[in-house]
This record gives sequence, C-alpha cells and structure tokens, in this order.
Amino acid sequence: MELSYSSIIQNKNIIEDIYEIQLEFENKEVNPGQFFMVKSLEGSYLLPRPISIYDYDGKILKLLYKVVGKGTKIFSKLKTEEKVQVLGPLGNGFPLEDIQGRIAIVGGGIGIAPLNYLVKNLKGLYIDTYLGFKEEIYSLDSFEKFSENLLIATESGSYGEKGFVTDFVNWENYDTIITCGPEIMMNKIIKTGNEKSIKVYASLERRMACGIGACLGCSVKTKEGIKRACKEGPVFSGEELVIEEQPW
Amino acid sequence: MVNLKIDFLGKEFKNPVLSASGTFGFGEEYEDIFDINRLGGICSKGLTLNPKEGNEGTRIWETPMGMMNSIGLQNPGVESFISREINIMKKYNTNIIANLGGNTEEEYMKGIELLNTSEVDIIELNISCPNVKEGGMAFGIKSKTAYDIVKKCKSVSEKPMMVKLSPNAENIGEMAIACEEAGGDALSLINTFSGMAVDIDRRKPVFDNKYAGVSGPAIKPIALRMVHEASQSVDIPICGVGGIGSGRDALEFIMAGASLIQVGTANFMKPDICIDIINEIEVFLIKENIKDINEIIGII
Repeated sequence: MELSYSSIIQNKNIIEDIYEIQLEFENKEVNPGQFFMVKSLEGSYLLPRPISIYDYDGKILKLLYKVVGKGTKIFSKLKTEEKVQVLGPLGNGFPLEDIQGRIAIVGGGIGIAPLNYLVKNLKGLYIDTYLGFKEEIYSLDSFEKFSENLLIATESGSYGEKGFVTDFVNWENYDTIITCGPEIMMNKIIKTGNEKSIKVYASLERRMACGIGACLGCSVKTKEGIKRACKEGPVFSGEELVIEEQPW
Repeated sequence: MVNLKIDFLGKEFKNPVLSASGTFGFGEEYEDIFDINRLGGICSKGLTLNPKEGNEGTRIWETPMGMMNSIGLQNPGVESFISREINIMKKYNTNIIANLGGNTEEEYMKGIELLNTSEVDIIELNISCPNVKEGGMAFGIKSKTAYDIVKKCKSVSEKPMMVKLSPNAENIGEMAIACEEAGGDALSLINTFSGMAVDIDRRKPVFDNKYAGVSGPAIKPIALRMVHEASQSVDIPICGVGGIGSGRDALEFIMAGASLIQVGTANFMKPDICIDIINEIEVFLIKENIKDINEIIGII
C-alpha cells in the first residue's frame, strides 16, 4: 500500500453515468477485490472515494465508477495527463486460494467492477456469471470470455431476462458464489447461500473516510463483532456477516 | 535552522503538530505512508474504561468542505490499550496522548487510575464527544459540570491533564476558566460541533443518533475564534484543533494562542498532510526570519 500521484491515461464515458478511468500504476501487486482511495487534486470536496479495481495488467490500473455525487462528478471531468491522488491497494481482496469447485459470480450494476478483475484471475475454474442491471448493460467482455455461461438480467427487460438477477441463479449448481452489487441483492445471496450451505464471498460497499482502518467509519457487523470494511474487508464470507433488514 | 521545539506540560515536543484523536487510530495504520517519528505527538483514538462497539447505522457523511461522524467511541477499552495498543504507539519516537472519554464520573476516574500506571505522556480528558448517549459532551456544556468532573479526575491523575473542550459549550471563555480553576493543566479545543443531516429519500435522519459531529475546513474559523477566546481567558497552555489542513492554518492557531495544534479530518484528505504542515511551518519561519516558533505563540 502506498500513497502516489498517478497520471490519467484515459477517462472515458462507457454508458450513461458509468465511466472508466485508466491510471499509470507500474509494477505493483494488486489483488482482485482490493480497492483504492482516489481523490482529484482540485475541487472543493473533502474525502477520497473508495473505488475497486476493475482491471490491472502490471502497468495500467483501470477503475470503473458511477457518477453518484459531487466527488465522482469531478472525477468524470478529469482529463488525460492530469494527476490524481491514489492510496492503495487497500483491503483484503478475494481469497483466491479458497475459491474452489463450481463457482457462480453474481454482480449487480457497478458492482461488476471488482468481479471483472476477479474472473480474469480465476482461470481454469468452472464459472457461471449472472449480471443484473437496471436497463443498460456494459463491460461484459471478460465475463463472456472467462465464464462457461453468462446470464444477463435487466429490471426493465431491455436486455436478457426481465427481473432481478437473483431470480435466475441455479443455486444447486454451485459450491461457491462470489457477489458484489446492491446490498439488497447481496443480502439475498448471503441468506440463500447460508440456507443451502453454499460458500458465499461478498464484497461490501461502505462510506469511508480514511480507507486504512483508522477512522472506524466503515463498520461491518459480523458474528465476531464489528469489523472494518476497509481493513478486514471489503470481502467477507457469508457465514461471518450479520444480515439485518436495515443494512448498515 | 529554526527551532520548532515546544515545551508543553514539561514534555518536549519536536514540533507543534499532533494527530487528532479518532483520525489516526493508534498510529500504525499510517506507518506505510509516512515517518510517524516526525510527529510532535499522537492523540489516541478516544478510549473508555470498558470496550465499546460504537454506533450502528451510517457513521460517515460528507458536507461542503467538512464531514460528519458518528463513530460512537468504538474502542478496545483502557485495559486493552495499556497492554496492547500503547505498545504500538511506543514504537514511535513521539509523545503519546491518551484521549479518555466516559459516561460517568466513576468511569473517568477508574480510567485515569489505569492510565496512571502506563507510559502515556499526557491524558487528554474528552468531555466533548457528541456521539455517545450519556456522558461525553454532556460534561462539556455547562462550566459548573465541567469544573466538577475535571476536579475529580485531576484528584486521581498522576499524569498531566489536557481537557478537550466542546464547541457546544455554553460559553467557551467561561468553560476554559472553569477547567483551569478545576486544575486542568492544559486545554485542547475544539472537538466536533453537533450537527445533523437528513436523508430526504428515506425521510429519516442520516445518523441513527440523529445528531453527529461536524469537523473539517468548514469549522476552522469558528475553532480559531474559540481558541483565541480561550487563550485570552486562561494562563494554561492550549492545543488548537479544528479544520487545520495546511501550515498556514496551523500558524493561524499558533498566533491566536495555541502552543500545539492537532490535525484531524485533513488526515483523510491527504494521509501524509501532517508532514506537509510541519514543513510549511518551518519554511514560513525561515522566510520570516523567526528563529524560534515560541516567539509567535499567542501574538494576536
């Protein structure tokens, strides 16, 4: 983990409010499921934003992000060759050595970002991927390439199946499910996984201030007490999480 | 060379820049980012006698040039601190300030008795945390209540005691005087302002506790005014805190009467900002031909 100032190679709009930023970031060890705290050098806002790793090839770090507020709006306007403050890689990442058997990857919306880098690093395993979107679909290439089967569901029915992606998962087929997306989707997967004794790994999203375990802002309720999404997470096993109707 | 060293409560600080409680853990999280030995001191995460899990619900919220937090003093408890976390802090060549909160007089006093046996340099008595239901800030609103708790704590403390004041105090000047009269050795101010945010989509307060603590650059002018007011009211030394994010900010507080300063929210903006601040102070002194930082403390 280090603090650096990376040049932007490209910052492009993928579709609607989804953007991909490419940063110079050479020769670092970056694991799937880890994230970076990213901040533009200009702009009157305070906190860096936690963004997960969409792809990394040893030279170029790719981050996929959705414009949801002031910080990400400023990101979307950044130009090639501008520098951004980058702290990371942070967090635990997916436990690659523990991911075994028949695997389902279930992603929702911008939550597909860390799963993209994961699927590229799970070569040789049997993987089915299920991706849910509201209306528009994006960034499917790696999932198409590295999955046995890829199922798309949209809430509007504009592409693939109509409905929530969790309605289409063939639970009985899998030993492990890896998920990232809206909390309501992940909660459903964790609950079902726990009921059916399927190992679940979920990458959680929390508001963060420091990203390195100091501020205790990103708390996650687990059976072993409060943990930090930025340090002990963001990836947790379904068995350890305490799922509440009102997630926090 | 200019002198950045400051004598504060009989302890030597290599420079006036400390990390503020709650923004810096016990130091180790920042170890990979910069040389922690360069800090004047570290204020520990707010401790309580017994371990606390902290608050449920949203804990962090950004505001225009500020933020709100409702952590709720999540901490391992004083006993764990003395056996474990203090050893992390002891690795660094810097002053250790233990920030101690509590819900009751008894909790504060027991906490202090335990800390007496430890290697902490200074106790920062937190009578200003807005994020706990009982105690905490309640001790820091009325001067009389603050006087009583500081006096009790002082009667058992064998460590120098710096009282951390709340900006929510009824009158900051009177509060400063009350803490001085009760025997407080120094003051640190300010803690966070009590604030609120509403999630209009859910028609609910953002925070489960409804109110949360506001910090960051947005509060700096008010913090500075309060430090000035306090410094005009008392003779004990002051540690200034509230929205400091640059060397210039730090120097404003120092000129307004602070012997030391703490950096809080700015650590989140740029995790090595304390180093920038130390360097900027030094550059300013050189440029202005000021040989010793002590020359400019409280000159306003």
